Amino acid sequence: MIALENAVVGYGPDKAFIAAVDDVTITIGDNEIVGIAGESGCGKSTLLRALYGDFTHGLRQRGGEINARFTDAGTGTTVEKRGANLSELWWDQISYVPQGSMSVLNPLMKVDKQIIDGLPKREKHGSRADLRKRIANFLKGLGLEESVLEAYPHQLSGGMRQRVLVAIAAFVNPRLILADEPTTALDVVVQKRILLMMVEIQRRLKNTLVLVSHDLGVHYQITDRLAIAYAGKIVEIGPTQKIFAAPSHPYTQALIAALPRVGEKGQRSGLEGRPPSLVKPPQGCRFAARCPEAQDICRAQSPELKMRSADRPVACHFR
Amino acid sequence: MNDTNILEVNGVSRVFRRGGMFSRNTLTAVDNVSFSIDDRPQVFSVVGESGTGKTTLARMILRLVEPSSGEIRLLGKPVNGKDRIDNFAFRRLVQPIFQNPFEAFSAYLPVSTYLRRTALNLKVARNDREADEAADQALRSVGLGLDRVAGKYIRQFSGGELQRISVARALIPDPKLIVADEPVSMVDASMRMNIVNLFRQIVEEKGVSFIYITHDLSTAYYLSDHVSIMNTGRVIEQGLPSDILDNPSQDYTRELMGAIPTIGARWTELEEIDRRYPTGDRATTESAARHQTTS
Repeated sequence: MIALENAVVGYGPDKAFIAAVDDVTITIGDNEIVGIAGESGCGKSTLLRALYGDFTHGLRQRGGEINARFTDAGTGTTVEKRGANLSELWWDQISYVPQGSMSVLNPLMKVDKQIIDGLPKREKHGSRADLRKRIANFLKGLGLEESVLEAYPHQLSGGMRQRVLVAIAAFVNPRLILADEPTTALDVVVQKRILLMMVEIQRRLKNTLVLVSHDLGVHYQITDRLAIAYAGKIVEIGPTQKIFAAPSHPYTQALIAALPRVGEKGQRSGLEGRPPSLVKPPQGCRFAARCPEAQDICRAQSPELKMRSADRPVACHFR
Repeated sequence: MNDTNILEVNGVSRVFRRGGMFSRNTLTAVDNVSFSIDDRPQVFSVVGESGTGKTTLARMILRLVEPSSGEIRLLGKPVNGKDRIDNFAFRRLVQPIFQNPFEAFSAYLPVSTYLRRTALNLKVARNDREADEAADQALRSVGLGLDRVAGKYIRQFSGGELQRISVARALIPDPKLIVADEPVSMVDASMRMNIVNLFRQIVEEKGVSFIYITHDLSTAYYLSDHVSIMNTGRVIEQGLPSDILDNPSQDYTRELMGAIPTIGARWTELEEIDRRYPTGDRATTESAARHQTTS
């Protein structure tokens, strides 16, 4: 389980702090796939970095709590970590699937060496040949040939490389896998293959997968719960199927209404305007300027993320 | 041969050599593709996965890549070879829109400078004042205006806005054909439909035809008058979007359609996975309970 409580995470010094994650509370349980959706610049990747405890390259936590508690499936031991200390669990209890497979893998190293280099100590028992065999078997279980291990990254297609990244993240048997737009640059056929692979891994390991994507179709297909992010805030959380069946927040409604579907020719329109700047966020609800239902209260007072029904918190004055 | 056709592509192939200079290893990116686009303004979609040759085809139509064999004709005149249309006339007739608008414009020049230069280079305008007018007019037809764009750099725009500006730039010479290679795949899903609707509006108001290259069947279905499905360099199926997508004759088309993450129809493979790993109660009671207490 990993939870953010009123977390404020962002960039820059105190005087000019840009909160890309602003007062966000979300709890991600064990054995579920949670999606985070939103437009570019809404803070979804920063939210993922906060969950990863990756407070490097200028990212820092300015308020709230980030707590994680993982129980090892094998030994039953429990570890608890907070904030930046989460980094002690990297490639052990927590692993990460980055977006750009070409710039992430080392072009001068064969794939097998890259996988073995990154493994935690507990996985490095036995001889190297033995370890390699275990990795090969694991890859085979995911539908990847053993020959992939002998390849340099440029010899693999974009989809293959991305699958290697997923496999690396899964091999350490983590309790939490964080994936940042893992299929964005790929075409639909390859995307489907990778998503199915990720679901299969999650079901097998019974761990937690957090998936960031701006593609709502991807969330519909594989996530159990979905959080919709807008301009540094989370505006709605709920079981994915329920959100699609009856989106509650006006922003979620607009996002879902904008999606074209094969077989439907009816007129669809996207959202007008653009999200507010995170440098100087507006007072009140951040969606107010684009919201068709906005009233005076929306421009004056920021709505809290409150329970509107049993399992669905929504941040809107009129829900 | 029909001179009223805007574009005719006759048996066009493109072969690339792989490996070193003396390598005999070749790759046929586009293999004997033929189609024509008549003079009615329309959206003509070319759909396929990565690596099926759609971008090479687009680049040949834009005269950025020479065909290895076959012939492309624009308004009856050859695009390549000895008697080809001169470059200036060609650029006024055919304009591109690329996938990533942030790479299509330089980060070091205001975006409006490009629009002005396009107008001057293509002799749509004779001086700066006329160039500004042409840019403003083009920007208005995409729902912007020069007052909102002038002097700003690419990072001051969102992807959707910048792609609109790319469309405006393409419209400046009043072309007959715009070749758009994956124009919305870098645009946020929330703004994607605005761009797609804009294409339709331009077709109807300006009488420009689009060649829309994409891997996204859902927008192709929504937008196009004609769809060609490409696989391994060949056009394997073409026709009206409703005919092809409601009743695909090729396995490959079915696979492409089945891979769209459609809302309302979950992939059957997911159910198989769930059967293999029964988990019982997947309800996330702990997280639900915590939300109750924190709100």
